[in-house]
Amino acid sequence: MFTALVHRGRATYAFFERNWNLTRRYWAWEIVWLLYNIVNALSVTFIGAAAEQITGAKVKFDTNSLLLVLVIGTSVWSYLSVTFDGVTDIINMERWEGTIEYTFMAPISRFTHMVGSCLYAVAHGLLFTLIQLLVIAAFFHIDLSHANYLTALFLLLLGSISFIGFGIGAAILPLLYTEKGMQMSFIVKAVLLLVSGVYYPISVLPGWMQPLARISPATYVLEGLREAIMQGRPLWSPEIWSCTWPLILTGLISVPASVYAFSLAERYAKRTGKLKRNG
Amino acid sequence: MAIQRLLPTLSTPTLADHQEEQDAVLVEEVTKVFMKSRPWLPWQKGKDARTVRAVDRVSLRVKRREIIGILGSNGSGKSTLIRILSTLLIPDSGRVTIFGYDVVRDEAIVRRLINRVSVEASFFKKLSPMENLIYAARLYNLPGRLARERIVSILERLGIGAARIRQPLEDMSRGMQQKVAIARAFLTAPVLLLLDEPTTGLDPRSKLDVQTFVRELREVHDATILLTTHDLEEAEALCDRVAIIDQGRIVALGSVDELKQEVMRQLGLSVPASMHQVFMHYTASHRITEEDILRYGSWEKAFEALEAMREEEE
Repeated sequence: MFTALVHRGRATYAFFERNWNLTRRYWAWEIVWLLYNIVNALSVTFIGAAAEQITGAKVKFDTNSLLLVLVIGTSVWSYLSVTFDGVTDIINMERWEGTIEYTFMAPISRFTHMVGSCLYAVAHGLLFTLIQLLVIAAFFHIDLSHANYLTALFLLLLGSISFIGFGIGAAILPLLYTEKGMQMSFIVKAVLLLVSGVYYPISVLPGWMQPLARISPATYVLEGLREAIMQGRPLWSPEIWSCTWPLILTGLISVPASVYAFSLAERYAKRTGKLKRNG
Repeated sequence: MAIQRLLPTLSTPTLADHQEEQDAVLVEEVTKVFMKSRPWLPWQKGKDARTVRAVDRVSLRVKRREIIGILGSNGSGKSTLIRILSTLLIPDSGRVTIFGYDVVRDEAIVRRLINRVSVEASFFKKLSPMENLIYAARLYNLPGRLARERIVSILERLGIGAARIRQPLEDMSRGMQQKVAIARAFLTAPVLLLLDEPTTGLDPRSKLDVQTFVRELREVHDATILLTTHDLEEAEALCDRVAIIDQGRIVALGSVDELKQEVMRQLGLSVPASMHQVFMHYTASHRITEEDILRYGSWEKAFEALEAMREEEE
């Protein structure tokens, strides 16, 4: 029992350490993506800064609120992207490097494999987003005096569980579709953000999109973060609870469902020989 | 017990004393068919739905501590068989057990007993040999410090000096990368080592190094080794028995001497056949039987006649 636990711990750390080593070795790409995300976030946030000029508003505009909505949106976009990519890399990266067979042959459970990769994805995503936020903060004078950081961090971490669930689900695509699976997982991520009201309330979405928004965990993370940062809501407030329970529910459903679906997909891949081919 | 000694840190599956006498590998009537293309649209059904029978009712028994070679042309089914043994493919029918454990039902246990070296060195090419091997060692439950010591020692024995150990693998030649792949398999001291064309692309000296290592793994660590190769000299030098596989079927199985004697008898030679002749004999497009030889007068004549018939059919 104890030996099995030690083995699981070592294997989990193996994935974390391997991904860290890959991040170090691909440092140039890390800088490219970080810069790309920062530039993207800045360009979106400048829209907020220029809102009065763009709209020609005669009355005073609440620029700070608009800036906060956009900063929260760009941050969640970055965090979700990096975390989601990190989780789908369970397969994408192995396909790319040609190591999938070796990893799948190792004496570890797929769950351990996923835990190690997901822990790194969350840590990587948090660090990436923090750097982005620090840079944006240097460009704009945003009033964060009401922000409740504890609630914000709690919601981001709680939302990560559901992101991981959705990410594992999306990782099935590159497992089954050797050549096009990676592109398919990008589409899943983009659609998830679109329907979740990344820079806007979901009420502006067309009616047929709104049920999708209600099952997306990103919707609740975004709504909760706006409440926490802009209104300073504490963890126990009804506004935050209305975002917390759907996140708990999506986490409880999405993670086991995705792990189970992944195990079925892995078995199918082993029946049809889809593990063999590399991307 | 030797097998348990090999896996000191893994939660080793119990290999009871009576299993000492068991076969290391038992393959019973295993078949694997691949669907080359599966159309989605109804009007495309029946079009391009080509099937390939990669392994066709193969049976094979490998004894503990045996080194068995599997020879065959490209696409003959060797690698598919190795993948089935590695738990990477599920057979359509038949059964495979490794030390009594079923590769499908007891997959998790089997994975603790095996390791595999494939023809392409599967690594994270940006990472160094040390980073790749530490990752592998942790997956196989080896503590970091012990793994580092073993990695340095094995790589040095394979001619990869300390200076190269921390450089990215992509800067190494294919042969060097293959040596690192071999080191990775040896690092975890498997009780069944599956070597799928491990020395392809290696220089003669490196081949000898690997062969010495393979023998040592059997002698010192009690391992059973299943080796697929195109290198007939290697098969002759290393293997206790050789199976020749053609179009997914095992067409010959025996010790090198037995096969040579058999082919000598069938070809009517005065000296034992070479391994080259053995291989060509069993993998000819038409298997040349004793009846063919009697019918056409000699092996050469039968070969010519049957090849001519094949060309005519084509």
